[in-house]
Amino acid sequence: MALNVLMFYLLSAVIVICSILTITTTRILRAAFYLLCVLVATAGFYFMVDYQFMAGVQLVLYAGGIVVLIIFSILLTSHISHKFAKPEASRLIMGILVGASGFALSTLAILKYTFIPTTNPAMKVDMQAIGLQLLGTGKNGYVLPFEVISILLLAAMIGAIIIAKKGK
Amino acid sequence: MPFNIYDFSGTTKAVDQFLYSTMSPTWAFVVELAIVGIIILLVYAVVGLYLVYAERKVCAFMQNRVGPNRVGKWGLIQTIADLIKLLMKELVVIRKADQLLFNIAPFILIIASFMAIAAIPFAKGLQAVDFNIGVFYMMAVSSIGVIGTLLAGWSSNSKYSLIGAIRSGAQVVSYELSVGLSLLAVVIFSGSMQLSVIIESQANGWWIFKGHIPAIIAFVMFLVASTAEINRGPFDLAEAESELTAGFHTEYSGIRFAFFFLGEYMNMFIVASLAATVFLGGWMPLHIGNLAGFNHVMDFIPPIVWYFGKTVFIIYVIMWFKWTFPRLRIDQLLTLEWKYLLPINLVNILVIAFIVLMGWYIK
Repeated sequence: MALNVLMFYLLSAVIVICSILTITTTRILRAAFYLLCVLVATAGFYFMVDYQFMAGVQLVLYAGGIVVLIIFSILLTSHISHKFAKPEASRLIMGILVGASGFALSTLAILKYTFIPTTNPAMKVDMQAIGLQLLGTGKNGYVLPFEVISILLLAAMIGAIIIAKKGK
Repeated sequence: MPFNIYDFSGTTKAVDQFLYSTMSPTWAFVVELAIVGIIILLVYAVVGLYLVYAERKVCAFMQNRVGPNRVGKWGLIQTIADLIKLLMKELVVIRKADQLLFNIAPFILIIASFMAIAAIPFAKGLQAVDFNIGVFYMMAVSSIGVIGTLLAGWSSNSKYSLIGAIRSGAQVVSYELSVGLSLLAVVIFSGSMQLSVIIESQANGWWIFKGHIPAIIAFVMFLVASTAEINRGPFDLAEAESELTAGFHTEYSGIRFAFFFLGEYMNMFIVASLAATVFLGGWMPLHIGNLAGFNHVMDFIPPIVWYFGKTVFIIYVIMWFKWTFPRLRIDQLLTLEWKYLLPINLVNILVIAFIVLMGWYIK
């Protein structure tokens, strides 16, 4: 077996197992930890296809940013002895049903699509091209969505500060 | 096998060709991975142990003491003896801790620093992986390390540990911004995030000289912010021994504690080598513009000596911080970041962008 195929199965196994553990564990911080494993393994896929910038973003934003914030909020709000109760049977069945149908749908879509294998060498991701495109105003420029998102983030930050300062 | 202390690329290429000519490509690749892994592991252990020794000696001299001086000449193998002692110590099992996370936490810290070391250029042709996003990659993996601290603090089920972990979380999340922004300064100057390209761009002078005032500001900002990011004194609130016993690793014993200890020193090493690489030219000898004679004399000192010289100097400065400044309070710490470092960094980035646009730096 070629090494990249072996690596692919290894990373996939980590993602599948940890995803299932994330939703089945009854301890909240363990769920966050399994989520971290899933996100890091996904970064591994980006490294495998030589898309290093995307892998870096995945590590910074998801593993280093979002998971740290999740863990930090768990640290502030939850005690170690706290465990989730087992869900009711009806909810469990409904959840499994929804999950299974989503799985079936995406599997069907993937199986129906004919993937064309390519022999082209991997393209170099030019950082300067990404930067120019992100702040470009011409054709294919992304400056408007970029600015809209920054205003959204600013609004979210102001909202968070107001909620935190309420009553003082 | 060709060996040249000034350029290791010949040696590594010869090893690569030898492996690929004697076995199948799959095995050659696996063996290469193993060789690189073992070398990095050895560097990790030796550097980690001797940084602990250096810390104790530096601390001792600053406090007018002698420091370790019994085991070996000048106490040189004291830390190795300490390691053996730690290996043989009992691993205390905390009954009410979350065993899984408690055991995994030290490894997350170690893995994160291990990943960062892989991208460090030690000398010409001596770099395990050279990503085109080198600087960004270093920031990405160093931000994972804090998860180990947070998990350790929470899973110990101890109030000291929890407070230590919360402090460390607040600290690292805020100081990461300043570290990133100060590194961005040199990325703007050199126009690349690839570490090897950044080093090549310093062939006619290091960025701290070529970028004059803004580069010096960025360098100082990086030193302060990264000292805070690796939880070193005067920012070591996560393990403030006078109030929190040992902070997030209070409950750890034996070799697990040693992992945290080692991880802290390796993070210091990584931060120092990043500062040396980005601001002080990495393995690039001290060159001044087109002074051919002077540059030629400097070239006689091997790159690996330059690299370790600069790194050791920055490590010494970071140790100097720890033993001369009193520890900050948590509110002072956050004030320093959000009200001083971050605004100064943002203005500095603007100034640098302007300077690069106008070409007011030494090219």
